[in-house]
Amino acid sequence: MHMQLWQSIPFFCIILPLGCAAVTSIMKPRMARIWATAIISIVTVLSAAVTIIYLNGAEPYTFMMGHYPAPWGNEIRVGMLEALTALVFSLVMLLSLLGGMKKLDEHLARQNHSLYCVVLLLMTSALMAQVYTNDIFTAYVFLEIMTLAACALIAVRKRGRTLVAATRYMIMNLIGSGLFLLGIIFLYDITGHLLMENIGDAVKHIAETGEYALPLKVVVTLMCIGLCIKSALFPFHTWVPDAYGYSTPTSQSVLSSLVSKGYIFLLIKIMYRAIGLDVIVKTGILDVLFVFALAGMVMGSLSAIRQNDIRRMIAFSSVAQIGYIYMGISLGTDAGMMAAMFHLFSHTVCKSMLFLAAGGLADASGNSKAFRDLRGAGYRSPIAGVAFTIGALSMVGFPFLGGFVAKFNFALAAMECGDIRTLLVLLVLAVSTSLNTVYFLRTVITLYSKPLETASYPVEKGQRGLLFSVSLIAFAAANVALGLFSQQVISAILRGLSTFG
Amino acid sequence: MSILHNYVEIAAMILFGVGFTTLLLHRNMIKKIIGFSIMDCAIFLFLAAKGYIEGRRAPIVENGVQDMEAYINPIPAGLVLTGIVVSVSVTAVMLALTVRLYRRYHTLDIDEITQRCRMEDEPDIISIGNNAERVEQLQMPASAETQETSHTEVSDESGKEVGR
Repeated sequence: MHMQLWQSIPFFCIILPLGCAAVTSIMKPRMARIWATAIISIVTVLSAAVTIIYLNGAEPYTFMMGHYPAPWGNEIRVGMLEALTALVFSLVMLLSLLGGMKKLDEHLARQNHSLYCVVLLLMTSALMAQVYTNDIFTAYVFLEIMTLAACALIAVRKRGRTLVAATRYMIMNLIGSGLFLLGIIFLYDITGHLLMENIGDAVKHIAETGEYALPLKVVVTLMCIGLCIKSALFPFHTWVPDAYGYSTPTSQSVLSSLVSKGYIFLLIKIMYRAIGLDVIVKTGILDVLFVFALAGMVMGSLSAIRQNDIRRMIAFSSVAQIGYIYMGISLGTDAGMMAAMFHLFSHTVCKSMLFLAAGGLADASGNSKAFRDLRGAGYRSPIAGVAFTIGALSMVGFPFLGGFVAKFNFALAAMECGDIRTLLVLLVLAVSTSLNTVYFLRTVITLYSKPLETASYPVEKGQRGLLFSVSLIAFAAANVALGLFSQQVISAILRGLSTFG
Repeated sequence: MSILHNYVEIAAMILFGVGFTTLLLHRNMIKKIIGFSIMDCAIFLFLAAKGYIEGRRAPIVENGVQDMEAYINPIPAGLVLTGIVVSVSVTAVMLALTVRLYRRYHTLDIDEITQRCRMEDEPDIISIGNNAERVEQLQMPASAETQETSHTEVSDESGKEVGR
């Protein structure tokens, strides 16, 4: 078959940021930032092009690295779902960088600026590789690159809190990757393959013959738990609030919205392509994830209510939202997976906007993140206020926004199950939504209430420049668009999932 | 397929358990890193053991023998090499983090570090440490006065770190 030019785009999306990251380290700070923005923009545009091609009905395509055919070579696979995910990830990466750019001057030592850009480019490359790769060991290697880059993103701000957070993040993530790697090795041992399609065929064969039933169960458990730890599902979330809460806004937004989602996307890919959903369902691991997810949805929200610091509140809300996504996955149906994918997108565009907006609001309030000082911040920094309100409404599940469509689809998917899970999901959805409402609307009301008499705020602090406003407006537009065009997105996700296996 | 036959794999799993528990439960950072190394090495040992077939040689063509049966599969060895590279870089980053933690808190005990770090800025939740931020805080009328004294030491030290 003759290869068309666009079919190499996914490969370039991975290799371009990876190669350019190496060059960035010798650049001057200003140059490095422009350079990183340009590279990530290129990746975004390329991903958008691939998405458009797939929206017009292109077939999934496997790119052979070095033209070695299937069992030997390394492969990249692109389909509807991959294209859409890559677009969302690169777009959010770009907007996060733009939105937090001004703050980098304040939070980073001058000599660290170009290194920060290196880390961001590496993160972009690793995310693209997670999305596109068809080889499970390549996925592991890029997973570790992502972990290291995320660690650097946390620790880049030289403070005790971030340093400790980065260390704890690393410890938990190393445990996660250790389990995941062991899972890969066991899987390689019983199937003899590393490419996901070949593993899928072999696993199907193994499952039919009933051979290696126990090792297969162990493999599935190790991989799922490993990735759950890495993406901060409820009982493994202890590192989240510090890690998300105290770094610079760009880091916060990238960490909370992209890093954990990369792991989740990999998990979904493994579930569909490498092991097969029916085999996974039989192992019973989904029931464990289901319990964790429901617990996370409630506990994350309860912890968020107790917080006194806006950033920690948003971080704990992430724990709850990751619970939602895992709840969708653990239903083990296509409808549940679709809802999970949709919420993955809506949470990605929403959470990064919330973190950036919170940074802007805090800036307008004398750099305090406490709620008592944030009173009236919505008037002092209007764009951040509006963006935060839109994000909060989306998280709560206000109609016409992404979060609402996601929750609606979770409920629909749960109805389809028709057993005890339906009841549990609907119940926990209701509880979690009302808890969300409590802390998010409380925050919005605080933002638009009269400031304390005693407080006086530095006037010029409300201005964070053009880039910040542009980024927040784009984020807000993306949130609204995700709600308004949800049908198109959902049909694209469904088409992607149907050609996934 | 007796247990004795698979002794390398069993050793690997025991080592994995040792490394895993050390990484998870030990309080000393250096021992945690050692635990991590043991854990990863155990996985590589397992992989290498699985990739070896009795009586065959490393996959380098020697004396013109091209028979596939004469050599073992090179992929497990390749995976081990890749894994070692990943593991080394992670260890390096962890050690770097530990150095910075030690410089700041003068201990390797992660529990104590966490505690000291909480004490450092628990009384309030306004961020401290960056000089630019500190200046802004001093402009804040309400709570700035009380923080200043308790945090001077910290910011000085972080200033030194940047200098190095």
